[in-house]
Amino acid sequence: MADWSTLWSNYGFPTALILGQSLLTLVALLLFIAYLLLADRKIWAAVQLRRGPNVVGAYGLLQSFADFLKFVVKEPVIPAGADKTLFLLAPLATTVLALAAWAVIPVADGWVVSDLNVGILYIFAISSLGVYGVIIGGWASNSKYPFLGALRSAAQMVSYEVSIGFILVTVILCAGTMNLSGIVEAQRGDYGLFGWYWLALFPMFVVFIISALAETNRPPFDLPEAESELVAGFMVEYSSTPYLLFMLGEYVAITVMCALATILFMGGWLPPFEVAPFTWVPGIFWFVLKFCFVFFVFAMVKAIVPRYRYDQLMRLGWKIFLPTSLAMVVVVAAVLQFGGLAR
Amino acid sequence: MTIAGYFFYLFSIVLISSGAMVISARNPVHSVLFLILAFLNAAGLFVLLGAEFLAMILIIVYVGAVAVLFLFVVMMLDIDFDQLRKGMSRYLPVGILVGLVLLAELILVVGGFSVAPGAFRPVTGEQVTNTEAIGRVLYTDYLYFFQLSGLVLLVAMIGAIVLTLRHRSDSKRQNIARQVGRKREDAIEVVKVETGKGIS
Repeated sequence: MADWSTLWSNYGFPTALILGQSLLTLVALLLFIAYLLLADRKIWAAVQLRRGPNVVGAYGLLQSFADFLKFVVKEPVIPAGADKTLFLLAPLATTVLALAAWAVIPVADGWVVSDLNVGILYIFAISSLGVYGVIIGGWASNSKYPFLGALRSAAQMVSYEVSIGFILVTVILCAGTMNLSGIVEAQRGDYGLFGWYWLALFPMFVVFIISALAETNRPPFDLPEAESELVAGFMVEYSSTPYLLFMLGEYVAITVMCALATILFMGGWLPPFEVAPFTWVPGIFWFVLKFCFVFFVFAMVKAIVPRYRYDQLMRLGWKIFLPTSLAMVVVVAAVLQFGGLAR
Repeated sequence: MTIAGYFFYLFSIVLISSGAMVISARNPVHSVLFLILAFLNAAGLFVLLGAEFLAMILIIVYVGAVAVLFLFVVMMLDIDFDQLRKGMSRYLPVGILVGLVLLAELILVVGGFSVAPGAFRPVTGEQVTNTEAIGRVLYTDYLYFFQLSGLVLLVAMIGAIVLTLRHRSDSKRQNIARQVGRKREDAIEVVKVETGKGIS
């Protein structure tokens, strides 16, 4: 049966390979997120001079798994007036879409499930879909607070996407490619970490971090779930596994943004200096190190900054970030064109 | 048939049936969600054609921005479905007439449709990504049309802002610059109060 063997080598094997790679990425990512969650809570606690979770396992190391079990075995409650299909579809969409973004993120040289030519556009597209989980969840709950939360998040996430888009354009202009691995390689140079884009595009780096916080509904921009005004925003009616999926989706979206900041501005898997002891270390180590640094910034912001008011949030997005990033696109393009640096 | 062929039929069938559901779904929110499904499948068809740039732009612009605003507006409509179906028999003839006119126009346009002879250029030795290929065509042959369409959009945007922006004199607004620029001297006054006299 030569027919079957060609079928296997043409379709079967690549499919199996992609499935295996995806599964590996998924398991590694979820395990990593379990400890990221713990780290988030520990950092938060340390800032407030508390101990944080320290009971389940040594130093609370198993806390996330205990939480997971507890969420899964609880009873999901679906409100009587809810649109049942959409109510259950919303958390699923949030998580699946957030996870799908990891398909194109290279964690080390060549370690990527799909080395897409338009990888950066793909991530932008996927993260712009993340808003649907929130809107649909808020609407399908058929309740006041979730609906208000959904409306807030719809406006918020769309506003900050605009400036993130322009920031991505500046990076694409500098790198000359939309492939994420290509962007990392474009930052390799003689100056080590001073050649990465965080220095050359420093204003954009700051704007990107802040916009990423707003895009992922992290404090200080967690208006859609502001507990003092909206109880828990779009998540009020959710319980058990659907709630867990919302939480998970939110954290996966945060990891995507951290990874994106690492790749776009901090040289991805590149070592800080291209000299002997640094180049011996595998790329994945540098990637995780930079990733953890960005996440630490996210966690510290959550711990020390009070929540924005909604009109301040909109003002920041439309009146400050949008003109800044738009001007930077023009400036960067002009410098590249007239400085003879264009790739 | 290759696997891509099967995917073509999958995307096409879902695309057409979700397009049908957009106009037949009773709940307008469901209609918008089916519209989003249709957009996603159209993007899938673009990917099959090897036009991944167009696929991503379709998702970013239509699904990520336009459909969110649709959903935003439709969610806030308070629609009574009985009220909606009341005038059905009265409006049906007009609706059918408009539909027929549109259909005839579409047939005329599609019948006379042909691809410009210059559209398919022979692939030269140099391989470019389709993002770059689109960029080259847009910014060389069609530069003026491209800029003109940008101007049209700008005018539409300014028009929308002019139509909706109104400064109400009775609502309190913040002046952020004034708030930030406030100093200690403007806000408080330290008075030395003598005992038994108070402040006059």
